[in-house]
Amino acid sequence: MNLSGACAVVGIAETDYVRGSDVPNLERMLRTAQRAVADAGLTMGDIDGVIPPPGFVTVEELAANLGIETLRYSSTIAMGGASSTATLQTAAMAIASGVAHTVVCVVGWDGYSAMRSTGVVAAGGANRALSGPNPMTRTLSQYYRPYGVRVPAQFYSWLFNRYKLLHAVPDEAAGAVAVACRNHAQLNERALMRGRPLTLDDYLQARWVAEPLRLFDCCLETDAACAIVITSVERARDLRHAPAVVLGVAEAHPYPADDLLSRRDPLRIALSDAAPRAFAMAGISPHEVDLLEIYDCFTYVVLLQLEALGLCGPGEAAGFVADGAIGLGGRYPLNTHGGLLSQGHMWGMNHVVELVRQLRHDAGPAQVPNAEIGVVTGWGDFGDGSLAILARGR
Amino acid sequence: MSKRADQPRVPERPLPRPEGLDAEFYAWCGRGELRFQRCGSCRAWRHLPRVLCPSCGSDQWTWEPATGRGVVWSWTTTHQQFEVGMGSRLPYASVVVELEEGLRVVALLADSFAPSDLRLDLPVAVEIDVISDEIGLLVCSPHARP
Repeated sequence: MNLSGACAVVGIAETDYVRGSDVPNLERMLRTAQRAVADAGLTMGDIDGVIPPPGFVTVEELAANLGIETLRYSSTIAMGGASSTATLQTAAMAIASGVAHTVVCVVGWDGYSAMRSTGVVAAGGANRALSGPNPMTRTLSQYYRPYGVRVPAQFYSWLFNRYKLLHAVPDEAAGAVAVACRNHAQLNERALMRGRPLTLDDYLQARWVAEPLRLFDCCLETDAACAIVITSVERARDLRHAPAVVLGVAEAHPYPADDLLSRRDPLRIALSDAAPRAFAMAGISPHEVDLLEIYDCFTYVVLLQLEALGLCGPGEAAGFVADGAIGLGGRYPLNTHGGLLSQGHMWGMNHVVELVRQLRHDAGPAQVPNAEIGVVTGWGDFGDGSLAILARGR
Repeated sequence: MSKRADQPRVPERPLPRPEGLDAEFYAWCGRGELRFQRCGSCRAWRHLPRVLCPSCGSDQWTWEPATGRGVVWSWTTTHQQFEVGMGSRLPYASVVVELEEGLRVVALLADSFAPSDLRLDLPVAVEIDVISDEIGLLVCSPHARP
């Protein structure tokens, strides 16, 4: 069974990215799923697969509320922020094998409001909202937290600090990522940071969070939802929009995945293993993509992933992002929606939605001219990795 | 190699609540001893504690003493309060030390040093701040100021 070219994303929907929503999260997810199915030109009767997010809701609640009477496939990907893009792989496997015909994937959360009500910040709170055993809980509570390290901004910073020092990465490299995302958010009416531009000077003068992270190295906390619909390319040809065909897709898990520090080389991130597989599946080189939608919980995670994708060598991301290369009009426009950094945090499903929109040539003022092929990545938990290469289909 | 903890602070620093193998690790620390699992078959050291040896699959192991000597692998200096019990220490450095045994551990930087003293590969000594009979936490000190 060859997954390449077998399936396509045919429906997308997302809410605005806000701090404080009047709509309860379940209702927000349900309405967004309805809109994604309608966007595809399908009805709920066409849906026979559901992939819920790792937490916040059950597949039973989703199916019961949406009226999905014939459910042939359901699976949850527990890879934190890598889950959304990894969802494309498991959905494509289900569809290409004939287990299901059309799958809806939905994510929604109160990434801002839930944090406020519990008084817990960043992903420490997000984890609490997740259901089931969490691979990070033991390591965090027994071995990191006693040393004051509780949230991703801190434990990822062990990697970022070493990376920065080993390769003499200037502050301006991470700043270039923050500024590019913020610039792109100015073009996006759904983005939380629209109307609040950011200069490199603003970036450099912001307060420290956990070195080497300053305030604008860190992504936003937002309330929102996203949904996508995936089906076979045969079926996709009859639907409303130009399909976004899954050419290559892969996930990878670092070893060990439940601890950042006991790996042979903690700076070798899981995406380094996934990327060659996905690009081989797609039959293209990383340098052939027209745009990049890169999981950006932190600016430095973007730098590490650009190298892991093979777009540049180890320690060379600073050069890669310089001189406007990742801005609209540059060779590799990055996070054209503003990303987690400036649109909002939606577990990376907003990156998938944005790539599909770009490949439909429906991205408005942020449109990359003639976008034919793009890559989207995910990063989650202690560095789980995923990526998908999508192409504009006919 | 051990010293008594300071008087308890309010709010208190977050402490581990270990069970099973984690409790065994911390119990050695509570006695002022830095010990890690070492495979009885292939002799590989390991940390975090694991039921089986990830290298050879053996379920035979012992807690063996480590030297506490190592080098700084990385660190982060926290400025924003994420942990109420650490508020009085801000900004503080949480250091990853690569020990001679090849294991990496997290330790707080000793109070007599500043985060600005830290460098990659700086030689440090890991010692134990004994909290109770069940718990000791790691603290590291550079051998000399750079």
